[in-house]
This record gives sequence, C-alpha cells and structure tokens, in this order.
Amino acid sequence: MTTLTYHAPRTREEAVALLAADPTAKVLSGGTDLIVQMRGGRAAPTAIVDIKNVSAMMSVLGNDGRYSIGAAMPCTGMLRDEGLCKAWPGVVEAANLIGSVQVRNRATMGGNLCNASPAADSIPALIAAGATVLIVGPSGIREVPVEQVPVAPGKTSLTAGEFVVEIRLPVRPARSSDAYLRSIPRTEMDIAVVGAGVSITLDEAGTCTAARVALGAVAPTAILVPEAGAALVGSKLDGAAMDAMAAAVRAACRPIDDKRGTAEYRTAMAGVLAKRTALIAAARAKGEA
Amino acid sequence: MNAPDPMSKYRVVGTRPVRPDGIDKVTGKAIYGPDFVAAGMIHGAILRSPHAHARIRSIDTSRAEALPGVKAVVTSADFPGQSAKIIAAGETSSSLRDIAATCLAHGKVLYVGHAAAAVAATTKAIAEAAAKLIVVDYEVLPHVIEVEDALAEGAPILHEHMITKGLDPAPDSPSNAANCLVMTRGDADAAMAGAAVIVSGHYRTVPVHQGYIEPHACVASWNADGQGQLWVSSQGHFDIRNQTASVLHIPSSDLRTYPLEIGGGFGGKTGIYLEPVAMLLSKKAGRPVRLAMSREDVFCGSGPAPGIVVDLTIGADADGTLKAIKAEFWYQVGAFCGSAVNSGMATLLGTYRIANAHLCGWDVVSNFPGTKAYRAPGAPQMAFALESCLDDLARKLDMDPLDLRLRNAVRPGDPGPHHVPHGAIGFVECLEAAKAHPHWTAPLGANQARGVAGAFWMNYGGPSTVSVALSGDGSVQVTTGSPDIGGSRASMAIMAAEVLQVPYERVRVAIADTASIGYSMVTGGSRVTFATGKAVVEAARKVEETLVTRAASLFGVAATDVEWRNGAAHCLTGESAGEHLTIGAIAAKAGQFSGPVSAEVSVNPLDYLPGFAVHICDTEVDPETGNVSIIRYTTVQDVGTAIHPDYVEGQMQGGAVQGIGWALNEAYVFDGNGRMENPGFLDYRMPVASDLPMIDTVMIEVPNPAHPYGVKGVGEAPIVPPLAAVANAVSRATGLPMRTLPLSPDRIWATIQAAK
Repeated sequence: MTTLTYHAPRTREEAVALLAADPTAKVLSGGTDLIVQMRGGRAAPTAIVDIKNVSAMMSVLGNDGRYSIGAAMPCTGMLRDEGLCKAWPGVVEAANLIGSVQVRNRATMGGNLCNASPAADSIPALIAAGATVLIVGPSGIREVPVEQVPVAPGKTSLTAGEFVVEIRLPVRPARSSDAYLRSIPRTEMDIAVVGAGVSITLDEAGTCTAARVALGAVAPTAILVPEAGAALVGSKLDGAAMDAMAAAVRAACRPIDDKRGTAEYRTAMAGVLAKRTALIAAARAKGEA
Repeated sequence: MNAPDPMSKYRVVGTRPVRPDGIDKVTGKAIYGPDFVAAGMIHGAILRSPHAHARIRSIDTSRAEALPGVKAVVTSADFPGQSAKIIAAGETSSSLRDIAATCLAHGKVLYVGHAAAAVAATTKAIAEAAAKLIVVDYEVLPHVIEVEDALAEGAPILHEHMITKGLDPAPDSPSNAANCLVMTRGDADAAMAGAAVIVSGHYRTVPVHQGYIEPHACVASWNADGQGQLWVSSQGHFDIRNQTASVLHIPSSDLRTYPLEIGGGFGGKTGIYLEPVAMLLSKKAGRPVRLAMSREDVFCGSGPAPGIVVDLTIGADADGTLKAIKAEFWYQVGAFCGSAVNSGMATLLGTYRIANAHLCGWDVVSNFPGTKAYRAPGAPQMAFALESCLDDLARKLDMDPLDLRLRNAVRPGDPGPHHVPHGAIGFVECLEAAKAHPHWTAPLGANQARGVAGAFWMNYGGPSTVSVALSGDGSVQVTTGSPDIGGSRASMAIMAAEVLQVPYERVRVAIADTASIGYSMVTGGSRVTFATGKAVVEAARKVEETLVTRAASLFGVAATDVEWRNGAAHCLTGESAGEHLTIGAIAAKAGQFSGPVSAEVSVNPLDYLPGFAVHICDTEVDPETGNVSIIRYTTVQDVGTAIHPDYVEGQMQGGAVQGIGWALNEAYVFDGNGRMENPGFLDYRMPVASDLPMIDTVMIEVPNPAHPYGVKGVGEAPIVPPLAAVANAVSRATGLPMRTLPLSPDRIWATIQAAK
C-alpha cells in the first residue's frame, strides 16, 4: 500500500523544495485533472504540492497594459476582471469553455497548460495571444513562450522541481483582439475535437497588420501556425486571404483518428473554425462585437 | 397546480402532489446501492478481463490471498455447476449457465471487462490491490464485434454449444447466431409485386448504454446457518433474489433481499452481476461484503442495448396505403443470446396496418458485454428503420408524413402484432393531435428541417403483490414489492387515496423486502402503475369493504345502508341515519372486530394495452461542421389515464432525451482489440442540458377499460420514435439519407462531403 502526503506551502521556495525532493510529486491547483487521473489509476504520486496558498497564485494583476494571471487562478475568476476580459476576450472565453461552471470554479489555465493535453482549450488561445509563462525551479526563474511548455501529450518541458507560477499576456496594440472556438459534438462538458485561437491587429483602414493563429487537437501538442497568420497580414480578411489562411491551417494539421473524430474531419474542421474564429477576432478588433 | 381539475371525475387521480421520497432524494439522505453499510462489512473488488475473447488456462490467486487484509478470493470454480435451464431474469429469460457466466467467467472470457475473479478485504484499497495480484493465464483468441464478422465463414465461435435455434433442419455445427425467427402474414412477395411504390433501405445502429447515474452495487451476507441477506439497488429485488438463489443452488426463501433506492435502471438493473459473487465472498470471509461497480465497470461489465442491422423493404399503393413489408434483421446482442427479435417483429407489425409481411430476425452474439433490456427493448432500433423508410415513402409520394401515417395507423380492432386485436388504443388520436399542434406548421429557418416518427410499444402487466393496512388513527399504509423508479410511490398513494377518499398525505407507501410481502415482478415493461396499481386499487377496495361492514355493524344497519364518502362511512337509514364514522374512528375500534383492518392482494393482469406515441423534431444542421442542434421537440403520447401527470410527462421527456442521445452521439466505440474506448461520460456522449430544448408534451388520455382508472404503461413508448424523428429531420435538412446511427458531426460531415 502506498501513502500520499499532502503539502500546502506558502512560498515558491518551499514549493520548489518539496517538488524537487520527490520525483513523483504532483502540483495541485484546481485538481480537476489530477484528482481524476489519480482516481482512474493514471497518476499515483506519493506527494501532492498544493500551490494555492503561495502568494499571488490566485490573482489577476494588470500593469501598464500587461496582465499576469496566477497559475492557480480559477477560470471563472478571470471573468471578474473587466480589463482582462476586454483586452483578451479570446483567452478568457477559451478558459471558460473547459468542463462545466462547477469544474471551472476550480480549474485553472496553469493546470490546463501543464496537463499538456493536445486538446486543451486554453492553450491555443494563449499561444495565439503570444502569452508567456513564468517558471520557478531549483535553478531560479525563467520565462518561456506558452508553446514551448507542452512537448507531447501529457508531457511538458518543465524539469524536476519546476512549476508554473504565472501566465503573462503582453501589451495590446490599438484595434487588437482575439477569439477562440472549438468543435465538439455537444454544447458543453466535452473535449475539443479541434480548437482554434486567433489574435489579430488591424490598422485604421481595417487592414490586418499582425495575426497569430494557433490550433488544438490536430497534433501531439497545440501548435502555432505562422503561415496562417502571415496569410492574413496585409489583407482586409477578404475571401481569398481567409481561404489562404485556412489552407495554411489544414496543411499544418497532423491529427489522428480517434474516438473523438477522424483525422480527415479534424483537418477540415481546423480550416472552418480558423476562419470563423478570425472573423470574430476581427469584429472585436473593430469594436463591432 | 395541485388543485384537482374541476372537470375531472376523480378527486386525487390526475393531480400533481409532491412525491413522498423527493425530499430525502434531493437532500442526499436516501440510501442508494453504494450507500448501504452492514455491521462488520468488508469490501470486494473484481478482476476484469483485458481481452475480448480468451480461454482461461489457469488462475493463480495465491499472491492475492497472501496480502494482509484479504479475507476471501473467489473464481468461477467456487460456483456450483450450472445447467442450461432457462429461468425468468427480469423482463426476459436466460439460461442459468449464461447468468452465472455473466457474474464470473467460466472457462472463457467473452469481452473486455468480463469478471474473471473477485476478492474481499478489509478496505477497498486492499481489495483493489489484491485483485491486481491475481494472475490469470489467458490463451487469447480472435474476437468479433460486428454481426457481419460474427456470421462470417470461419469466425471465432463464442459458445461451442450454441447451435442456431429456429432453423430447419437444425445445423450440425455451432455458430454465433443464437436464434432465427421467421414471421409471415399473407403473401408479401405477391403484394410487393403489385405495389405502386417500393422503398427500401439498409439501416444500422450500434450498442448504446442506458446510462443510469447510479452504478450497480450490493451488500451480501451469508450466515453460518446457510441463510443470507442481500441489500440491492435494482428494478426488482424478488427477481434479483431468484436469479441469485438459482445460481447458488439455495432456496429463494433463504435469501432475504432488501431493496435500496435505485438511481436509474431503464431495464439495465433487472439482471444480476455482482450479487452471487458478493454472496460467495461473504461465505468465505464470514463477513458481509459490498461490491460496487465504477462507471467504467458499468460500461464494460453490465448490459448495454443491442445494435441492429436491418434490410427493410416496404411496398405501397399510390395513395400511400401500405401493401407489404419485407425485412431481415440482425440484433447485435453481445456475449450472451438475447431476445429482442420478438420485439423487433412487434415493432414492424404493431404500428401500422400491413396485411402482407415476411420478416426474418436473428440474434447474433459477439465479444462485448451481453446486452440487457433498455426501455422498450429492441424497439427503438427497429422503429428507426421502419419510420425512416416510411419517411422515404412519404417523400416519394410527395405526401405529408403525418397523413401517410394516419392512412395506415392501427385502430381499435385491427390485428395486433401477434394477431390479438388491438383494444382501446389511441394512435390515430396522437397523430391527429400532432397534426393540429402549432409545432407541425411552425416556420423553419435556413438549414432547419422537421422530422416525425410514430411508435408502438406492447407494454406489460404481470404479477404484483400489495397490502393496504390501516393504523389505529386511520392513516393508510400501502406496501408493495415494486421498486420506485419513476414516482410510483406517489402514483400508488394517489390510487389508494382515490379509493378510500382520503387526502394523498394520509397514505404512505413502502417497498418491502422479499420476506415481508409476496412476489412482485421487476419494475419494468411499463407495468407498475398498471399492474401494481391494479393490486393497490383492489386491496384498497377490500379495506373499504371492511370499513363499511364494520361501520354498518356499529350503526346497527345492513352494509348496503352505509355509503363510503369523503373518507367516512355514512349511515343512510335507521336511528343513526345522517351520522358518519371516519376512517380513523372505525380503525380505532379494531379491537371490537376480528383485528386490524388490512388486505393483501396478488394480481397477474394481462389485460394491459400498448402505448403509442408521435414525436416531432426540428433540427438545424451546420453544413460546414455536421453539428446538429435540436431546436424544437414535441412528444404526443396515448398515456391512458395520467395518474400523476408530472411523472407521465417526465417519462415522455426522459424517453425523448435518451432517444435523442441515441440518435446523435451515443455509441460504444471499440478499438481493434475489442476494448471499449469511451467507457466514461466524457466520451460516451449522452446529451447535456444545454444540448436540448424544452421537450413539449401532449398527453392523449384514451383510458384502458381494464384498469379501474384507465392506466396504460407510459415509460417505454417515448424512447421508440426519437431515433427516426431526429434522423428524418437531419435527412430532410441535408437532403441526404441518414441510415446509420449515431449522427455524430463527423458522420454527417462525411455524408455531405461524399454527396458533393
């Protein structure tokens, strides 16, 4: 019989020490993935390190147009920060598609990211947003782009003793916005068959000056598709530009056939969703939605 | 809402009082299967097969037995030998051999999740750890899932003793076809040759699960004297007792079985899985043992509903009059033979007037869990084929699909599926109500379309025992043996209150254990409000008769001079004329008479009537993604008399929702090794609340004259039409046939792409 120790450290340093001391230790924030995995026999840690008591872990901080979101901030908690919702509606809506309201009252973007599911909803939105994460560990602090965190289904680039403390969103230029859509057979309580996040900046004439397109559930990790963003830049999101963007999206897909959808369907949906998402992001950037 | 309808001839029947078990259930106080605790109880765990088909060479339990805390280990070697004798098993019947092998594999495992061995230990964690220490040496065999594969030349055979029944001459080698049934009416070939229009299709549905919220659970205690107790959550504790006692070779009366609250069954909790295993563990351990399934166990180790493959051809006159039907169909029944073929035949012959038919149905076994009853077992799959084919006919004839059904609908006096004429049925009334409903003519938007489908379900009666007893204060105790799944405590209380003319709250209903009342068949087949209700009415009338007789004696008049009114005996003649004695006053004088006032009644009514339904469904299909939204849904049903209309409407809505799930996304998904890939509610996609509109209900009350209040079964008919109603709507929205379920977005998208 194995034993399980629960730790609730108050500082980053304590948390790092506890994680470094036990290679099986798991970080607990909302627990909506971890507890399910433990109950299903897919995770059997001998120690759990609950990071919710670590300072600033459950806050949203806005500073000079930048946002820092604590890694243990529940998804629904972000809805209470008006400035964040206005600046990054796509990120907030992606995080608030996970599970149900009850699940999101506990679930966090930090957990969603470190669970490293290819189908995670918040990851494509964060990648499209150009978000970074702050990671602390035995050798100090480092900041990396979100897309560098997941490396394979269920695996991250974090090393022993490291954990994510903060998700950072950059300053928003004028006429910028973002959106996230996912394809699911139901209307909620489901896992994305395909997810698409788009962040877009327009000039005064409505021409796209910057665009980032990211996809979920079409590859072993969520992916950034630079060619898709590039296809939009310089256009007014006309049909030809959108078709070129969708073609770049489909070309980047490397999905699998599984119980949630066929590879062919996923690839086709990635194109459909990327277009729909880009239109929503553009409408928001113009202040139309 | 709780006030009686002033136009009603009833006082309590037809009102909507709060259910007596409601508060305990919504506050978490009610004791369900996994909640019950017996003194000294320990915990069991089951080791399940990782293989879809394998021979068990040996089982080594020594390491599990050596683990501290382990009190017992059981394999099929601990079961007594079983015969092929057929016994009643809930709504159907099964051989003892199959029932026992469902509980613990004997010689072979037949599906991933098949129970192979079990342990009991002082904690659940120890039991689960010990189960993993049991070593089963398997010789893995090839497996089959689809009926075509199971029937193919050289297919792996699940049961070496299975010779297809119903073939003449009988085959001399075993096969995976358990049974073949042929039914003919008139001359189908000749009538088809003379038909003006012929439509046909090849239809397919896959296995789906009932999806009850509460997993199976029981506590078993085997006493040193050989008697035992079982505490179970089931649809019928008498049948659970009988099946368990039969496979354990003990007298039924030695196994006192207590009902716990049931968190959904839909037919899936009529058979046994855990009970004899828990009993054997308890016998070895000398302690009560709890066995409880996880959700994954439920999906992989209990009985889903069968899939079906149907080849169907219908011939009609130019005016839409049906002339002939020909069908061959194969039910995909899982590891053990089922009996859905009869129900499939009845679906094809019970709904519409068809003089000429040639039907051939097969039960085909394959390597997934043996299927069990699921709400109108066997009918929704077949109605999907029938009602889809009829929709094709309506389109071919450019005829309103409701008019087509009205032209052919069975009416009272028409022959039923088994030639017995239909009685007071209300299918035509349902179709007319559907046609008159504003939904039928409501405008539709882009990518939206409307589907319709009808339904027939036979329903059932069957044995029930009830007692009605008065307390000294005149309050009424009704005791039944029918577990309350859909509000039957309330319905029974309403019927007793109606007879005795007392307030609903003066009647309390209990569900007694097997030692406390006589036999009642399972709560299933839409039978309880009808059959158990009939017994309640009869018993309450006997009580009333006793009350009147005693009151007459107290008044000093003849019983015929006493009238029972408003819960009291009123004296009509003599010195006491105008006086009355309340139910409480008479009950309090029990000492002056032959004892307390009570009556017990056993019934076995077979004068039940079938249920009919018509569903209208509007869908919107996203042509780019294949996603389907159900935007409006109306159910119309002949419900007989609605004793408690809320619970009748609840059955109509619940059946519709389960059927919508079956149509859209629910499916057993198997990998190449026969392992179910989606054994949880995340990927076994039942509808969630946000997937559905409010389901509108229209109750058509055509009473059953054979029931004192006109009751007909209502629980099953509503799951029969939705598969076709949804598919017909999607088919009309896309202009493409939708003959394979589920209509998941990727399937619809692929169908649209293929047609481009």
